[in-house]
Amino acid sequence: MSTITHTRAFNGRGVLAIFRFEMARARRTLWQSLVTPVITTSLYFVVFGAAIGSRMSEVDGVPYGAFIVPGLIMLSLFTESLSNSSFGIYLPRFIGTIYEILSAPISAFEMVLGYVGAAAAKSVILGLVILATATLFVPIRILHPVWMLAFLVLTATTFSLFGFIIGIWAKGFEQLQFVPMLIITPLTFLGGAFYSIDMLPGTWRIFSLFNPVVYLISGFRWSFYGTSDVGVGISLAATLGILALCLALVWWIFRTGYRLKT
Amino acid sequence: MDRVDPTAVQSVISIAGLTKTYASGLQALKRVDLEIRRGEIFALLGPNGAGKTTLISIVCGIVTPTSGQVLVDGHDILREYRATRSRIGLVPQELHTDMFETVWGTVRFSRGLFGLAPNAAHLEKVLRDLSLWEKRNDKIMTLSGGMKRRVLIAKALAHEPQILFLDEPTAGVDVELRRDMWALVRRLRASGVTIILTTHYIDEAEEMADRIGVVSRGELIVVEEKTALMKKLGKKQLTLHLLEPMTAIPAALADWNLTLNNGGCDLEYTFLSSDEGKAIPALLRRIGELGIGYRDLNTRQSSLEDIFVSLVSERA
Repeated sequence: MSTITHTRAFNGRGVLAIFRFEMARARRTLWQSLVTPVITTSLYFVVFGAAIGSRMSEVDGVPYGAFIVPGLIMLSLFTESLSNSSFGIYLPRFIGTIYEILSAPISAFEMVLGYVGAAAAKSVILGLVILATATLFVPIRILHPVWMLAFLVLTATTFSLFGFIIGIWAKGFEQLQFVPMLIITPLTFLGGAFYSIDMLPGTWRIFSLFNPVVYLISGFRWSFYGTSDVGVGISLAATLGILALCLALVWWIFRTGYRLKT
Repeated sequence: MDRVDPTAVQSVISIAGLTKTYASGLQALKRVDLEIRRGEIFALLGPNGAGKTTLISIVCGIVTPTSGQVLVDGHDILREYRATRSRIGLVPQELHTDMFETVWGTVRFSRGLFGLAPNAAHLEKVLRDLSLWEKRNDKIMTLSGGMKRRVLIAKALAHEPQILFLDEPTAGVDVELRRDMWALVRRLRASGVTIILTTHYIDEAEEMADRIGVVSRGELIVVEEKTALMKKLGKKQLTLHLLEPMTAIPAALADWNLTLNNGGCDLEYTFLSSDEGKAIPALLRRIGELGIGYRDLNTRQSSLEDIFVSLVSERA
């Protein structure tokens, strides 16, 4: 055996190993990771875009079918980032292979970079695939492509971090499903994915402003059509705020070893 | 605070005052001090729940110590964890494997995770040494329990560690694998790797280890060279199979620690290994003088297992 010592300030190879491992897991479950969300999104187009949308007028000057595209992408982005990331870290905890990660010369930051980076990358790819699928149904224009990508990456990263936290918190598979099903999906439906919150009656409109998802969808839709429910600056600030909150929670998890180390 | 003596340079692992109290209040380790010498095979013996796995897990970085200090090759396991962990390979007790990964994929992952550049030649050697080369493209879920154990060893060796921890390596392992594993451990030791193992197969610790530490209820009861431990604590027993049964031990033999067994047919004499050479001839002479006839005699030496049981019960 060699007696070389290999101590670097940053274990890039370790990050890459985790990243590759997670991407390989997605390839093995390609059907579940990519095809299912694309089919689900297409069904939304058929139902909301074609069946209902044909009876609706334009929203903020955008045809209804095109109006819902950013919201649909966000809906998939939220749920897939959460499930990818939470499952990615929960699985090693559940089957016990986490021992190797914990005993490796890898920092908390590098570990998060590997897991969350892979989950976010998968979600961004998925978002772009759904966008491409959408162009088959409705004509789409993107006014601010750079901002569109920025919102896509920021949101994917934020929800992957959130998923990472859930994956560490969860004590069972039910809890893993709990947050996406019971919190994120309702918030997204009530967050203006399929309508502008201006269409809501007064009290509900004010109520909606407490829903953080409203800001995420609104900012993303602005990057497409230049119209938004709330100011784009506020959207960006809200996105960064949630990101910072998730980062703080992850930092606390590693500081205390919460549910990772006894 | 307990601090490792910095002059103890020949130790590859120095543990000082290591204590671990779990959140449940269970005190798994109570002020353990231990020096592991470079290049030795060290066996940790103890019943289930004694704290062996906790000790290993702290050194490897899986469990956070409550207090005390651990140095690996002079580096602190908490402050300089990159330096310490990159030197250590761990084979866990349970068969924790990624079912859908291939053997080759998983050892490559392990090497990368520990920050090393890919080295197909090294990984091939490791897999061949463990008779896993033919299975390299198989998914781990298709392998038998023994093969999965080999995969875990291969993963631990993928990053060329200088120290290898084997936690209960032969639990539930067939004879062939056990033999292969011990051969591998000997080869690793010959190449300079320090090996720390826990095992319930005490005869194997007796066969393999250079030194033995006995752990009971979170305390390290004794650390000793294996041969010294056997000599110091090993008891010998002489059994005389008498021609005629005896009802009581004659008063003339009261100086010896004798018992009558098997309905008075066997006279047993228990003595310490250190008294060897003095006690038996005197006893046999005396028995001859008393005219007690015997048709056969045998002696037996207590195994490490006997020593272990007596040490643990002594403290209980």
